[in-house]
Amino acid sequence: MADMVVGRDKCGEQRLVSLPLSRIRVIMKSSPGVSSINQEALVLTAKATELFVQYLATYSYRHGSGKEKKALTYHDLSNTAEESETFQFLADILPKKILASKYLKMLKEKKEEEEEEEERNNDEESDEAES
Amino acid sequence: MAERPEDLNLPNAVITRIIKEALPDGVNISKEARSAISRAASVFVLYATSCANNFAMKGKRKTLNASDVLSAMEEMEFQRFVAPLKEALEAYRREQRGKKEASEQKKKDKDRKTDSEEQDKSREEDNDEEEERLEEEEPNEEEEVDN
Repeated sequence: MADMVVGRDKCGEQRLVSLPLSRIRVIMKSSPGVSSINQEALVLTAKATELFVQYLATYSYRHGSGKEKKALTYHDLSNTAEESETFQFLADILPKKILASKYLKMLKEKKEEEEEEEERNNDEESDEAES
Repeated sequence: MAERPEDLNLPNAVITRIIKEALPDGVNISKEARSAISRAASVFVLYATSCANNFAMKGKRKTLNASDVLSAMEEMEFQRFVAPLKEALEAYRREQRGKKEASEQKKKDKDRKTDSEEQDKSREEDNDEEEERLEEEEPNEEEEVDN
């Protein structure tokens, strides 16, 4: 199976696709229910993946806060996954990051809220019981 | 999914190059960002494949083809990819046709050279070998064409 699709650097020809087809094929085959993949489908998927990488990178850079610093950061990417509908499918693998201390604080606050709620419910019940 | 996305990675060097070529000059890409994009690309392949497979099944086919992939892109709302993909497909088909013709020409030339001297049997074997190479090993094929 050809690794690179047509065109060689030696002849000065431009490669149609840079990502290795064999690797793309392995990923595709791991998808349940897929029997076989014709060569054209493989080439197009590889090409589409390249376009996707370009799109994700440029979109995240343009919309991200790293722009002023001329940098692309993980934060820019997780922002994109959260805020853009097109890239929503990445939300699980590009989660937002928070400091552990912040997370613990959030858990504590949530717990306090739940306890208050329970107290209120208990009061209501005892009110009902009396009347 | 049979494998976790992390186990099905694409080569870092290639991913990095694609990112660098897409972004303006001098933009720094953190290692974390690179790794994240690589993972995202793998997930994209899985998502696209699953989507394309649905189209194949709808058409009662077991083999994913080019149109399934194009339909998947539209479904996934990557409509913007369709035009460049169609161009790439055309270019690929042209190259395939070109290689096939070049290979057939080589066969004709070879046949002319070994006309009366060699046995018919060995010529058939050569042809079979070459046909097999046509299907499997594109780079080797190209070496022959270049030479």
